[in-house]
Amino acid sequence: MSFLAAIDQHLPVIVVLAPLLGAVLVALVRVEIASWPIAVLAALISAAAAFRLVFVVEQLGVVSYRLGGFAPELGIEYRVDAVNVLILLVVTAVSLVTLLYARQSVAAEIDGGRVPWFYAMMLVAMAGLLGMAITGDAFNAFVFLEISSLSTYTLIALGRDRRALVAAYQYLIVGTIGATFYVIGVGLLYLATGTLNLALIVERLPDVVSPRALIAAEAFILVGIALKLALFPLHAWLPNAYGYAPSAATVLLASTATKVAVYLMARFLFGVFGIHVEIGPVSVTGVLILLSLAAMFVASLAAVFQRDVKRLLAFSSVAQIGYITLGLALANPAGLTGAFLHIVNHALMKGAAFMAIGAVLLRCGSSRLDDLAGIGRTMPATAVALTIAGLGLIGVPGTSGFVSKWYLVLGAFDDGKGWLAFMIVASSVIAVLYVGRLLEVVWFREPGKAALAASEAPLSMLLPTLLLAGLTIFFGIDAEMPARLAGAAATVLLGGHP
Amino acid sequence: MSLVAMLASEATRFTIVLVMVAGLYIVIARNNLIKKLVGLSLFQSSVYLLYLLPGKIFGGTAPIIDPRFDVYANPLPHVLILTAIVVGIGTLALGLALAIRIKEAYGTIEEDEVLAKDRGPAGAAARKAGPRG
Repeated sequence: MSFLAAIDQHLPVIVVLAPLLGAVLVALVRVEIASWPIAVLAALISAAAAFRLVFVVEQLGVVSYRLGGFAPELGIEYRVDAVNVLILLVVTAVSLVTLLYARQSVAAEIDGGRVPWFYAMMLVAMAGLLGMAITGDAFNAFVFLEISSLSTYTLIALGRDRRALVAAYQYLIVGTIGATFYVIGVGLLYLATGTLNLALIVERLPDVVSPRALIAAEAFILVGIALKLALFPLHAWLPNAYGYAPSAATVLLASTATKVAVYLMARFLFGVFGIHVEIGPVSVTGVLILLSLAAMFVASLAAVFQRDVKRLLAFSSVAQIGYITLGLALANPAGLTGAFLHIVNHALMKGAAFMAIGAVLLRCGSSRLDDLAGIGRTMPATAVALTIAGLGLIGVPGTSGFVSKWYLVLGAFDDGKGWLAFMIVASSVIAVLYVGRLLEVVWFREPGKAALAASEAPLSMLLPTLLLAGLTIFFGIDAEMPARLAGAAATVLLGGHP
Repeated sequence: MSLVAMLASEATRFTIVLVMVAGLYIVIARNNLIKKLVGLSLFQSSVYLLYLLPGKIFGGTAPIIDPRFDVYANPLPHVLILTAIVVGIGTLALGLALAIRIKEAYGTIEEDEVLAKDRGPAGAAARKAGPRG
């Protein structure tokens, strides 16, 4: 067997292990200068493995990896199909770009002695998220969920503002309750089916005698994951967490963490329980549509009234997650494609937006909206990236945000819900308000003292920001590649073969 | 199953739910950051019991193969819960560490006092000092 073929066999485990071992290495070496290159290298290996997996999955359909060679019945199985390979690609690619961006931002925002720990935590968070996405074992997903959560709490607590500590503590409480709910649900599933492997659970579900155990399991699991993905009204932890975390950590969290939780919800909704299950008189899709609409409108409105740009973008994230869950609830090919496209597109544009704000924070020392006045004159490239990301959040044609919303609208019509399509468009009008407010301050206000003193962001931060912003435009014009991957994911979730 | 066994199994189930709900209630109702963590630990502990209970089989022995026995307890829940306990310890340790840092930065571990200190102009001035004082 050639070397490359051997690597191909172990791709699923390389994706997760590279950042995990990288984190250990960073923590052991603990030299400030060495930690960034190690972190980038680990993320690069992981991203390369994920990229290769896309091709392998396109050939084989499903890649199953047995850890330690044990059969799924006994051991843990990593299972990669068209759905999670897309998530793996997004998480690794965005993490890599975030780490490339992070060096100067972290040097400015984190105390010297803590820099290696910061990178170690970034890598652990990345490994946890990738593990959640790749595993085919319900309990293993819980362990990875907690790995990513614990490192996330640490990352948030490293923020400069003392409110970062409170935000991290509150997120720890809520996050742990969510994870525990999830594990209660998994326990009930295990009691009913005698296995933790998702594929085997599905096989055995028809034999389960008590539907009540399944309903309880589904309720616990969905509520637990909903806490992690900040589904309205369980989003209260998110604005503070994103607002006070160090800039680089915010970029990573905003563009990847909630997306992986969305994936896990999709996996359970479609892959395990079946989307059209009704809990008593309540249909899961009905509740999901209602909460998604509430998120789209209420969180967007809240974003309009924020004074801090990071919090404004955080509320916008809650709203954008609403679009993704709406796509899941539509449960038809177009809607699901829209949801997965929006996972990709939102990761790119929110990443670009938070990166731009991180650059402003570096140069001006503030992310308050008033302090951004006139920043477009002194930091034009950063402001352009922020503008592109903002237009993407609205869904202006020519940006990728338009493409994913287009699919969502198509999905709504396919479902015979024209009013839902109207709501998608109507909620975008609110996005025009908060993005418009931001752009007005950035481009048309007289620059303040801080903005006049600011200079353009350093190239090492500017290039990753412009890359993500550029991709937002590129995927808005030529959406063939992401649409194909998202379409394949939707097909697999709905039970077909790509 | 004998009546005693049935009652015993019902009693453990009630205990699990009681601990679960009590823990969750403490997290929500208490204002003290440490007490909240204690509640969170209780809540998690109830889940350990939820997993372990069905692993026990009446008359079963430890899962080590031996010709003298033919009924074994299910070992998998124990392994799972070992992992969950480690996760729980990690969470508790991190939560307590955050409580200490909050105490250093705010001088209190009562949640309402912490939140009140960040409101108003006095809070804005104090915040500038940052968490490391």
